[in-house]
Amino acid sequence: MAVRQALRRAGGRLLATQGAMAPAALGVAGRGLSTSAEPITLEIPVPFKGHNVEPPSRTVETSAQELTEFFRTMFVMRRMEIAADSLYKSKFIRGFCHLYDGQEAVCVGMEAALNDKDCIITAYRDHCTHLGRGGTVLEVFAELMGRKDGCSLGKGGSMHMYNKKGGFYGGNGIVGAQTPLGAGLAFAQKYLKVEGVTLAMYGDGAANQGQLFEAMNISALWDLPVLYVCENNHYGMGTAEWRSAKSPEYYKRGDYVPGLKVDGMDCLAVKQAVKFAKEYALKNGPMVLEMDTYRYHGHSMSDPGSTYRTRDEISGVRQERDPIERIRKLLLSHEIATVAELKTIEKEAKKEVEDALAKAKESPSPDSEELFSHIYRKSYGAQAYGADRKEVVVTLP
Amino acid sequence: MLGVFRHQANGARLIVSKFLGQGKGGCSVRRPFVHASPLSRGMADVAVVADKMNVRDALNSALDEELTRDPLVYVMGEEVGQYQGAYKITKGLLEKYGIERVRDTPITEMGFTGIGVGSAFYGLKPVVEFMSINFAMQAIDHVINSAAKMLYMSGGKISVPIVFRGPNGAAAGVGAQHSQCFAAWYGSCPGLKVLMPYDAEEARGLLKAAIRDPDPCIFLENELLYGVEYPMSAASKDKDFTLPIGQAKIMREGKDVTIVTFSRQVEIALKAADILAKDGISAEIINLRSIRPLDRPCINNSVRKTSRLVTLEEGWPQHGVGCEIIATICDESFFYLDAPPERICGADVPMPYAVNLEALAVPTMDDIIRIVKRCCHRGRAAA
Repeated sequence: MAVRQALRRAGGRLLATQGAMAPAALGVAGRGLSTSAEPITLEIPVPFKGHNVEPPSRTVETSAQELTEFFRTMFVMRRMEIAADSLYKSKFIRGFCHLYDGQEAVCVGMEAALNDKDCIITAYRDHCTHLGRGGTVLEVFAELMGRKDGCSLGKGGSMHMYNKKGGFYGGNGIVGAQTPLGAGLAFAQKYLKVEGVTLAMYGDGAANQGQLFEAMNISALWDLPVLYVCENNHYGMGTAEWRSAKSPEYYKRGDYVPGLKVDGMDCLAVKQAVKFAKEYALKNGPMVLEMDTYRYHGHSMSDPGSTYRTRDEISGVRQERDPIERIRKLLLSHEIATVAELKTIEKEAKKEVEDALAKAKESPSPDSEELFSHIYRKSYGAQAYGADRKEVVVTLP
Repeated sequence: MLGVFRHQANGARLIVSKFLGQGKGGCSVRRPFVHASPLSRGMADVAVVADKMNVRDALNSALDEELTRDPLVYVMGEEVGQYQGAYKITKGLLEKYGIERVRDTPITEMGFTGIGVGSAFYGLKPVVEFMSINFAMQAIDHVINSAAKMLYMSGGKISVPIVFRGPNGAAAGVGAQHSQCFAAWYGSCPGLKVLMPYDAEEARGLLKAAIRDPDPCIFLENELLYGVEYPMSAASKDKDFTLPIGQAKIMREGKDVTIVTFSRQVEIALKAADILAKDGISAEIINLRSIRPLDRPCINNSVRKTSRLVTLEEGWPQHGVGCEIIATICDESFFYLDAPPERICGADVPMPYAVNLEALAVPTMDDIIRIVKRCCHRGRAAA
């Protein structure tokens, strides 16, 4: 089922309501698994850091239902990315493939504080973000393999996944470009008086791009409801943050734009920060959110990820800060789920991913006609040519 | 944040860095880590010129020799140093020449290209690498407005001895934003020199020529050719080997039709010529090497001999390189033509990702053969 629907039900409205949802409705199996919507109050372990803004409280309200859904969703995302790794190595996926495993808490925590009036735009590490916005694992796999059932009909590839209805604008291959684009989405939201914000996501590598600062300046001048979300995984391809940024305190880089530094490996911290920032942005304009996160894979599938960082560092983060393990510990310590119940969830998630993969493999390649579709929305009868312009002339649809 | 070079006992250099924590409860990675230079792992050595080289090593050897020859030359770009180059073109150079001459940059094309051009105004000779020429669009204002036009605008006072280089055009499955060919756009710009090597020897000779050239050169490589090996002539191994800018090469002589192409399509055209020969069509293949300045005499002399012209490129058709070639022939050799010129180009679409669609978007061997035959009035008549 659509990941985001479940999260929305479990997330955004939960703090307001007290009613428990029938566990069966969420498809979460397990006798005795508590899926109550009763509020649980937790303290976020790592404090926020504010720049020109008083950070939100570290006390966050969640529920058994929400935590379970966090766990399940992140687990699906993790399995999906790992499956993509194998697919790439078996040459089902070509070109570039940038995996998100390790960073799941950012997009999952965000979704818990957002709704369908909000927009997200990100760069090329977008498979899980796409899922969070209502995409399905099937359409991600199919897109990665260049098949008809892909979210972009197979024409985009790994870096180009979109879902306009779900408020997801990609999926962008040119690092940094998505930030003024995100400010533009926020501009439109404000113009049309939509009570929503845009999250323009970028990495520590893109954080030095000039266009980001141009976008920040304008969005601050015009009070645009945009959140600049820096997913700081500490390495821009092979370059560590201290080698590319004079100031790697990205939450401060907005200068006159206030900022918050957040433990990006903690879903609840991310949710709290985004909820806080969204309220701020709807009233006052932009804010920067720096998510301190980590990617286990290299930059892309052609980067082993170990020439510029040690394996000890990678396994250290996995042991101490893995976002899925953190939620697992919470679920167990609050007796929301038993070890066996979590295993069941994991099994189901694995099956969901495997089934989607099998179906995606059956999806055919796009028809040849798709070569010339979607050049224009309105083509005025213009013609386009193939490599042999006398043999292949098409009046654009 | 500290970054310190320390020499190991075996002479290799370790780059030690520390992530300073953000204080108690800090989130960022805190343990100090040692970043071993790949040289200490035996990974990175500058290429040695040999009888057979791949394009990557040929480019590497050219950069190495020019860095040695002229202390004003330096290399700049993303991941060119410690990472050894995104495509390993610059491997071993940081270890050999140090950080003053091999500069890793942040992901800020507009910024570092501007910096490169500015340093060239002053007299340095930068070689700016774009990880993909597609990313150069972020910096194209500096390539055109700051570099190409400067000598003219300054009345001859300020020349810009800079080289911009990187992989250009379609690769394999890299999608719409990473597959555009920029030969035509850059080729239209006065003040710029636009070079597109095909094999390893050309890559080496043309890059060396570009680095020694006093004008801004944009050097468009092809990612799919980086790993391909080619024989190197004895002359090409010399450290002063250069190839002339603005001169095309006749790869194969023929008498029935002239095929003008460049970069990777040269290889495909040569194979097509073999097949056409079996059908009695003798194709002359011209490898442009230089999009700007264009070797008009070479092209015209060839067409005057064969009286038929087919242009071949991977980029988009409208206002493409083929258009200028056909216009040149019309200007100077129209009455030598026995058939309308044909141009073979990439399809008029953003590059699709799906493998079957991508294959339809780039010229194939079959296209070349069919179109050449059509031009020679063999096969099906034109629509």
